[in-house]
Amino acid sequence: MEREGSIRIPSGCAIAAVISREGKRMTGEAIIGAMKPMHDRSNGLGGGFAGYGIYPEYRDLYAFHLFFDCRDTRKACEAMLKEHYEIVKGEVIPTRKIPAITDEPLIWRYFVTPLKSVLADLQLDEKEFVARTVMKINTELSGAYVFSSGKNMGTFKAVGYPEDVGVFYRLDEYEGYSWTAHGRYPTNTPGWWGGAHPFALLDFSIVHNGEISSYDANRRFIEMFGYKCNLQTDTEVITYILDYLVRRQGLSLTEAANVIAAPFWSTIENKTDEYERRKLQYLRTVFPSLLVTGPFSIVLGFTGGLMALNDRLKLRSMVVGEKDDRVFIASEEAAIRAMEPEARGICAPAGGEPVVVRVKEGAY
Amino acid sequence: MLVNANGLDFRALNDAIRRAGGKVELTGCLGQRFICAGMSDVEVAIDGVPGNALGAYLNGGTITVSGNAQDAVGDTMNAGEIVIGGNVGDAVGYAMRGGKIFVRGDAGYRAGIHMKAYEDKIPVIVVGGCTGSFLGEYQAGGLIVVLGLSGRRIVGNFPCTGMHGGKMILRSDCRGIAFPDQVTSREATEEDLVGIRQYVREYCARFGENEEKVMDSPFTVVTPDSSNPYKRLYVAN
Repeated sequence: MEREGSIRIPSGCAIAAVISREGKRMTGEAIIGAMKPMHDRSNGLGGGFAGYGIYPEYRDLYAFHLFFDCRDTRKACEAMLKEHYEIVKGEVIPTRKIPAITDEPLIWRYFVTPLKSVLADLQLDEKEFVARTVMKINTELSGAYVFSSGKNMGTFKAVGYPEDVGVFYRLDEYEGYSWTAHGRYPTNTPGWWGGAHPFALLDFSIVHNGEISSYDANRRFIEMFGYKCNLQTDTEVITYILDYLVRRQGLSLTEAANVIAAPFWSTIENKTDEYERRKLQYLRTVFPSLLVTGPFSIVLGFTGGLMALNDRLKLRSMVVGEKDDRVFIASEEAAIRAMEPEARGICAPAGGEPVVVRVKEGAY
Repeated sequence: MLVNANGLDFRALNDAIRRAGGKVELTGCLGQRFICAGMSDVEVAIDGVPGNALGAYLNGGTITVSGNAQDAVGDTMNAGEIVIGGNVGDAVGYAMRGGKIFVRGDAGYRAGIHMKAYEDKIPVIVVGGCTGSFLGEYQAGGLIVVLGLSGRRIVGNFPCTGMHGGKMILRSDCRGIAFPDQVTSREATEEDLVGIRQYVREYCARFGENEEKVMDSPFTVVTPDSSNPYKRLYVAN
């Protein structure tokens, strides 16, 4: 079978998310249920989930989730990690054998922390060092792929339909304050486990419905800053762009949204608020290569919150609703109703208008 | 006849509707696509959330939804009526070529995109609330009426982009709304209002609004400007 990175084929998809603003933890069952009415949006070549707040007992450690092609690769990877990290725990990620999911690679997780001496020696902050480690393994260690690397969060993905992937990874046994989900219909790449969504780096994760036409322009720019787009999928580059803008450049989420889904110049010119107009002009001028064009609807997961965003032309559907402390986001209202039949305030955010939902401080 | 949609995929659901024939009450609908696609002379009332492309290629009859509907309602429909008691998603009436769609609440982006008309086939969309951006994009024919009863700005950005046929009537003076150079917007005349009166009456009767009150407002008519066509839009040849 051909893998991501070896071939490009010239998208449909399904996304869903739920978050408790009170930080109440929910099992993965509801989010799996959300994907069922959207079954036809995927074609069985990828499904995945991200859960936040799922590893409270290891909350201060980075949780690396990895795919390995064989035992030797795993041993090599562990040796590589041990040079710079303390590995507090390493184990197979528990799965259920089900007929719908086959040909799984070795799937492991490691709870790790970078050695203080290494960080001091390199004069790097911890997150930057961890991000570089992920890039290094994914680029240099053939047969190994880190698909999750944040603290107190994890992504779970596979080739299959999302509702089966959720059962395979036993997500009913995890509890998180927020969940995102994706059903895949790959159009540019063949569909391998690593290419399923969410794409994640540190605690940022992205699920994406769409197909961006600015992929190569974005890739060329972002690769100048040490990111490696190994899999040729557009979602990977969006993940790195958001990490670059938010973590490294220090932009707010709304500002980052104004870079990737920048308003049209005519819309900016018509802004009556002088400060806002100048800020939008500034962001478009400084980061023109990070404008993401073409259809997309994404949900960005991060520690303590979610952000939903559509492309500025709104070429993909996305609706938001809520009930009590929970906020729901999905490609279709039916998915929200599957999670909560009584959801209220169903609305569709405008193109380029970010919806940021945060868990109240101290509750995650 | 009662049909419970729970657990049925779209094929099984449409088969059940065809088998039932006549009046059908559909309950427990959750995201099934293509409901009533290509059917003629159906009379289906839907409870729940129908999936995308509800009534695509509909060729007669009536579909009524008590609440919201999703994207592409009435995609390429040819005849009949679709009545939505709540809001609709994007691209309602996509490439519609006949029949009527009534939406009680708001419509998403690209309502009426590429509607067309031919001789006696004149499709009509009436949206009671407001619409998103790109209303009537590439409109080639038919009538789009937006009543703006939900009180927000009646239409988002870039309405009528690429419009080259048909007519749009907005219940607003449209101050502050920028239309492209290739269309003309003007205050509605008595004659224009007579032309939409029957649709407004139908809307009000269905959803319990007061017709006189709804009509007592400025209206704006938008049509393509035939003296300023889209010449040399892409290439100078």
